[in-house]
Amino acid sequence: MSMNTFPIIRVVTKLLIPYILLFALYVQFHGDYGPGGGFQAGVILAAALTLYGLVFGLEAAKRVAPPKLMQRLMALGVLIYAGTGVATMLMGGNFLDYNHLTHDVWPQVLPSGQHLGIFLVELGVGVTVTAVMTMIFYTFAGRQHIT
Amino acid sequence: MINEFTMIDVAILTLLAATAVTVARIRDLWAAIMFTGIYSFLSASWMLSLDAPDVAFTEAAVGAGIATVLFLCTLALTGKNEKRFPRFSPVPFLVVTITGAVLVYGTLDMPHFGDPDAPVHQYPSPSFVERSQDDMHGLPNVVTAVLASYRGYDTMGETAVIFTAGTAVILILRKEEDPDDKADGSEEEAA
Repeated sequence: MSMNTFPIIRVVTKLLIPYILLFALYVQFHGDYGPGGGFQAGVILAAALTLYGLVFGLEAAKRVAPPKLMQRLMALGVLIYAGTGVATMLMGGNFLDYNHLTHDVWPQVLPSGQHLGIFLVELGVGVTVTAVMTMIFYTFAGRQHIT
Repeated sequence: MINEFTMIDVAILTLLAATAVTVARIRDLWAAIMFTGIYSFLSASWMLSLDAPDVAFTEAAVGAGIATVLFLCTLALTGKNEKRFPRFSPVPFLVVTITGAVLVYGTLDMPHFGDPDAPVHQYPSPSFVERSQDDMHGLPNVVTAVLASYRGYDTMGETAVIFTAGTAVILILRKEEDPDDKADGSEEEAA
């Protein structure tokens, strides 16, 4: 899978990946205001990892994003999402009723209410999608020719 | 009637159709995979011209990026060329033709492109667009508000589906002897 013999591809990839990662973070954390959200950010982030794995080899990608960590992140994202719902229940509302997340700790900086709820669930979606897409790439690329 | 937007739409749709026919006809699977990537990028461009940038992101990243890589990984395990079936089989041809004709017949009943009276523009969008500014305390993106807040249950279900799909792929495709899993033996305690 590795393309270590193509210097142009290696250099261009190294130049591109920071911008792909930055764009993924922008799509994730600016999703309430601009287009995008957790799913889009997750697949863009996973695409960056996949590109890295294609060019520098599967082992290099696994050193950046270890499969054991990714497996846990798959579940962690769903946990963040459902946990947000449970948190709203503990604060006296219905499941995923973000209005009960309203607080007045540092009001100008920390988001509150619907902002906070949407931020958290989109974070959960992003984490799960990144981890699942990366794990699918690892499992596909890790298969050997069976003959 | 013909403005620059119509010309862009017609150009992209023509290229889409040409790419689709090429994918169906080409026997070299490596080239076919590259053409599916091109198809995805063209779809993404078209989504963008329809003012759906988030769908365009998804199409470009999943369709052209990740799916193409997964196809290539699969191709590394199989042959490079599709098997040739020289015999013309009338039954599949008939089924495909009838299905296509039914689909085209179905489009005759659809509202015109951009029709403001189309059901999709009548329900339930206006109520959400009117309410979301107040409900969301000023968050401007109605799409995100609908997905993450009004329909938070659905999106949680979708996230769970993605998680389940990923788990299933890992369970089915993971090699028996994966060095990553027995590297430190802390797997069982941590899990």
